[in-house]
Amino acid sequence: MTFRFDRDTRRRWFDVAMSAAALACVGIAILPLGSILFEASVRGAAAITPSFLTLPAGSGGIANSIQGTLVLIGLTGLVALPVGMLTGIYLAEFGRNRIGGAVRFFVDVMTQIPSIVVGIFAYSFVLELGVAGIVSRRLVFSTITAVIALSTIMIPFVARTSEEALRLVTTSTREAALALGIPRYKVILRVVLPSCASALVTGGLLGIARVGGETAPLIMTAFASPDFFTGLDQPIDALPLRVFRFAISPSLADNRAAWGASLILVVMMLGISIASRAVIRLRSVKR
Amino acid sequence: MTILAAKIRVEKLSAWYGTKLAIEDINLELEEHAVSGIIGPSGCGKSTLIRCLNRMHETIPKARVEGKVHLDQDDIYELPAVSVRRRIGMVFQKPNPFPTMSIYDNVAAGLRLNGERDRDKLDAAVLASLKQAALWDEVKDSLDKSGASLSGGQQQRLCIARALAVKPEVVLMDEPCSALDPIATAKIEDLIFDLKKDYTVVIVTHNMQQAARVAETTAFMYLGHVIEVGATRELFERPKETLTESYITGRFG
Repeated sequence: MTFRFDRDTRRRWFDVAMSAAALACVGIAILPLGSILFEASVRGAAAITPSFLTLPAGSGGIANSIQGTLVLIGLTGLVALPVGMLTGIYLAEFGRNRIGGAVRFFVDVMTQIPSIVVGIFAYSFVLELGVAGIVSRRLVFSTITAVIALSTIMIPFVARTSEEALRLVTTSTREAALALGIPRYKVILRVVLPSCASALVTGGLLGIARVGGETAPLIMTAFASPDFFTGLDQPIDALPLRVFRFAISPSLADNRAAWGASLILVVMMLGISIASRAVIRLRSVKR
Repeated sequence: MTILAAKIRVEKLSAWYGTKLAIEDINLELEEHAVSGIIGPSGCGKSTLIRCLNRMHETIPKARVEGKVHLDQDDIYELPAVSVRRRIGMVFQKPNPFPTMSIYDNVAAGLRLNGERDRDKLDAAVLASLKQAALWDEVKDSLDKSGASLSGGQQQRLCIARALAVKPEVVLMDEPCSALDPIATAKIEDLIFDLKKDYTVVIVTHNMQQAARVAETTAFMYLGHVIEVGATRELFERPKETLTESYITGRFG
């Protein structure tokens, strides 16, 4: 007599095996995240002291890097949020034609460009202006150039998330407003935008988190000033850039400081992500 | 059939979606202070027709219209679309209150977004419209609640109130009860009956009984053409066209 699994047993074993495999994949996916958070917390916490948080990089702290990141995301947001959102509104509301298709294509291509290339773009753009004598050549390494680079990354990102957000508003809502004799621009401003406000805010916050964590475009634009912000035409520091500098430094003290700066950066970006989730929840509870 | 006072006169109206002809050479008169029904099988062009009456058809990309629609003496295609839509309101198939607005704001939206700021006037208009739409008693204590929190039938009456608040002369209704249960439907039908005192009502319906219940005159459409127009009772009891007869006896559609 031969032993055979009956079909039910076989099905049950298959189920157990597949569940285990799925769980293992989840573990593999989460492992790096957990490891990063753990390492950054343990090693970072050891590096964080009051003076680490209050002194500039030139004196062994990261206060100027935190300030620099805040200045950079603030200014970039000021440029990229309006431009990106207006582009998104155009694409969603008026972009169902060839021009819209072309804009959408370019926006998509722009989101694919590696950020280091964007950094080179901003660098050479300002350098060309400098060579042409329109601006000082020293402006190449400045807050302005860094903001140009970061905006180039953030504008297409915000444009796409805004377009997606506006598309969440149904045709039937738009038609209801139009049928009341409300002019098109007011329908967009007063009905469509409020209806997707939470998605818009989320997109904006994620865009800020995105550029807040960028290092590559800053290497040859912001130039990691060791001091506090002194002006738009001067070099500036940023947390990810400082992490990079600390990490490649031969000094062990700097390497430790890299962990501290990483922890602060992770906490800041996590904070923004959590805030964006809170915004979604806030809006959906209201119903 | 003679019409005493035509509120809307449609002349040689054709409408396209891209290259697809949806309605062709429509001639139709719609009586003032009466309910006109438009019936016909799905896809016959009845929604397209009424969307041409308040220039909503052209909001669809690549949609096109030819012909004339007169509202009283005015050719609506000569007027600004925005002012036409204020005079000819619309209620849609699916209730579509503004999702982020309260009940009050929904009703006030048309006035407010057209520039009315006077709080007393808004209050008065909201009260009057909700009463006209037979919704006031159900929502008077919850005006600041979301419009989306109401039941389907209430939402549709909210949409009617919203349309009435801008004081239109004509109210177009595009299958307003197709998403509602029989009780909510009955309420809306009663409401339609009351509305004709103050408004000219045009209702598209795929429900023949509904047309028979609410409309004085009914037009039957088929494949983009108006086949027959007449007093509702006449049309249902003694149709002149064989197509109309086949449709109302349920042989197709």
